[in-house]
Amino acid sequence: MNLWSRIRENAVLYIGILVIFYMLAPIVVIAIFSFNDPTGKFNFEWAGFTTQYWAGAFDNEEINRSLWLSIRLAFFTSLGATILGTLIALALVRYEFFGRKAANLLIVIPIATPEVVIGAALLSLFVYASAALGFTTLLIAHIMFSISFAVIVVRSRLIGFDRRLEEAAADLGAAPLTTFFRITLPLLAPGIAGALMLTFALSVDDFVISNFNAGAEVTFPLYIFGANQRGIPVQVNVIATILFAVTIIAMTFVILQQRRAEKMVEKRADDDKKASVAIPI
Amino acid sequence: METSPARPDAERSGSPAAAGDGRGSVELQGVTKKFGTFTAVDDIDLEIGDGEFFTMLGPSGCGKTTTLRMIAGFEQPTQGEVLIDGQDVAGLPAYKRPTNTVFQNYALFPHMTLEENVAFGLKRKKVPKDEIKRRVADELERVGLSGEATRKPAQLSGGQQQRVALARALVNLPKVLLLDEPLGALDLKLRKGLQVELKKIQEEVGITFVYVTHDQEEALTMSDRIAIMNKGRIEQCAGPEEVYEKPATTFVAGFIGVSNLLPARVISGSEVAIEDGPTVSTPDAAGFTTGEELFAVVRPEKLEVSTPGQAPGDRPGIEGVVESSLFLGTATQLGVTVADGSKLTVLVPNASEEERQRLPGGGARVYLSWEPEHMHLVTESPGEDGTENFQPMQTQDQGDQTK
Ligand SMILES: Nc1ncnc2c1ncn2[C@@H]1O[C@H](COP(=O)(O)OP(=O)(O)OP(=O)(O)O)[C@@H](O)[C@H]1O
Ligand SMILES: [Mg+2]
Repeated sequence: MNLWSRIRENAVLYIGILVIFYMLAPIVVIAIFSFNDPTGKFNFEWAGFTTQYWAGAFDNEEINRSLWLSIRLAFFTSLGATILGTLIALALVRYEFFGRKAANLLIVIPIATPEVVIGAALLSLFVYASAALGFTTLLIAHIMFSISFAVIVVRSRLIGFDRRLEEAAADLGAAPLTTFFRITLPLLAPGIAGALMLTFALSVDDFVISNFNAGAEVTFPLYIFGANQRGIPVQVNVIATILFAVTIIAMTFVILQQRRAEKMVEKRADDDKKASVAIPI
Repeated sequence: METSPARPDAERSGSPAAAGDGRGSVELQGVTKKFGTFTAVDDIDLEIGDGEFFTMLGPSGCGKTTTLRMIAGFEQPTQGEVLIDGQDVAGLPAYKRPTNTVFQNYALFPHMTLEENVAFGLKRKKVPKDEIKRRVADELERVGLSGEATRKPAQLSGGQQQRVALARALVNLPKVLLLDEPLGALDLKLRKGLQVELKKIQEEVGITFVYVTHDQEEALTMSDRIAIMNKGRIEQCAGPEEVYEKPATTFVAGFIGVSNLLPARVISGSEVAIEDGPTVSTPDAAGFTTGEELFAVVRPEKLEVSTPGQAPGDRPGIEGVVESSLFLGTATQLGVTVADGSKLTVLVPNASEEERQRLPGGGARVYLSWEPEHMHLVTESPGEDGTENFQPMQTQDQGDQTK
């Protein structure tokens, strides 16, 4: 009875731990197996500890080529999608125009559409336009499906944007372009940075759409999928673990930033109390 | 340049864009602003002189901010002209106007330090770097924030942010400074202190201030002239004393402190008949046509309470029944209902406890009298019943202080 009531009291905690374990287990396995020393072609059974694949993480030419392609692709994708997404978000939030409501809805459609459909549709479009499949078609495809995410991230920042700051800038003599670069853009920066990171990650990660539109190019996910048939080199585990670590560090950075902003707000409230006492009138 | 570098006068004479060159006038001619079918500002005319501390006072939603925004250039009038320094500024965008604004919420740039905030306007004007540095430092010193120059706005208290907002605008020495309820977000104590400071600064720099507030006390204590607005119109524009002593309309009388309104009719060029009351001779009547229906205003502290039948001399007066009695510390406030059913407020100063004990209690019949010169005639505000705007007592005390 005692035990039962204890379990009941802490049920939320236990379930939470289980869920977290469920979510993290695959990643932990990948990290552990990056230290494996497999005997055959397949890296599925523990055969002994080694750091040789960490030392030679970038020894596999094929992996390097695909990784480099994915990084280049993600770089240009995040740049293109974020620039376009920011401009679209500005238009959607700031301007009244015919069809604005519809556009606000349509912008999420690519997110809701199955990737297979987007991939196939893009492929038939490229074929119809007789475009040679390759880096360019990949880039076009990636920017296309990333824009929606960029718009959503920047838009949420814009909705909370205090337009009076721009009026204040104009009031102080700043022409519209100056106001945009000195006030609007810096204040949107966290949203823009978020959009850059998110679209970069989406692009590196994409398999389905790339699979349709890559032509002879092999991105990192496409390489892993192909290698799966012949046996995945341990380096893949190593690189996956590195990517994961980079993500964690970036996230920690964002969270710390957030904490600092919150502390500032608290401090300000404190100061207000002090000030109303301190000023002798 | 004979004074210390902290003196604002010193750099004003040194700057080519100096204000106080006698041309900070603002004129509104028949200005109307419509939002859709709603008229926010309705055909107002204003002339604000150079170096004047001019206040626009009125209840929430009466169009104060909209008027200010048309002067600043954030809104274009639907009709009418805005002239700054005698120039029609129609079509001139905000960033080209010789005005600066202190916003109600301060609108400080959160990503810049105080220094950068204050320097923003000067940089846009391409003022030389070392001059910017000097003027920013001087301005921050003036508002007492030299030590915080490198902090961000979020690290400051509300009162400090308000000072930065003021410094950011003043450092540019605009011809006209527009202030939209700059003290609205601060607590009472802080507000009182900053009122004094603001007034001092205005006198020091001599820039035209157009000040918006819905706080009548603030308006009365700080302004050279006050425009009282209601529903997009200006009901009266005059000095604080005149506004208080000689309100033009029932609305003004009600909005500037507690006022007793007695319905009356003009019966000759020198006499009015109070409804259900005496006929009083007053020079005020000359300004109205015979037969006109209007209101006689008597301030609560000008009414004298006595027992009916024992009225002193030939003072005009009216009988009523005491409904309520409220002890306010320095005074006692009586609510008295008179013959025509309207309710009057009487303020009796509390000289001593025993005197207070002698005051009539609830239900007592009393005679309220006043000196004819303390009675003032007002017309009814268009579409407005001034009695709705009776203000709480604190306002009355403030009114007293300004006289
Ligand atoms: N952009 C706008 N679109 C539609 N209506 C507006 C707009 N700006 C102001 N109004 C309306 O015009 C009226 C006057 O507004 P304004 O902001 O000038 O009032 P205010 O006197 O400054 O009031 P407060 O003391 O509350 O600040 C209000 O009823 C407001 O709803
Ligand atoms: Mg306002």
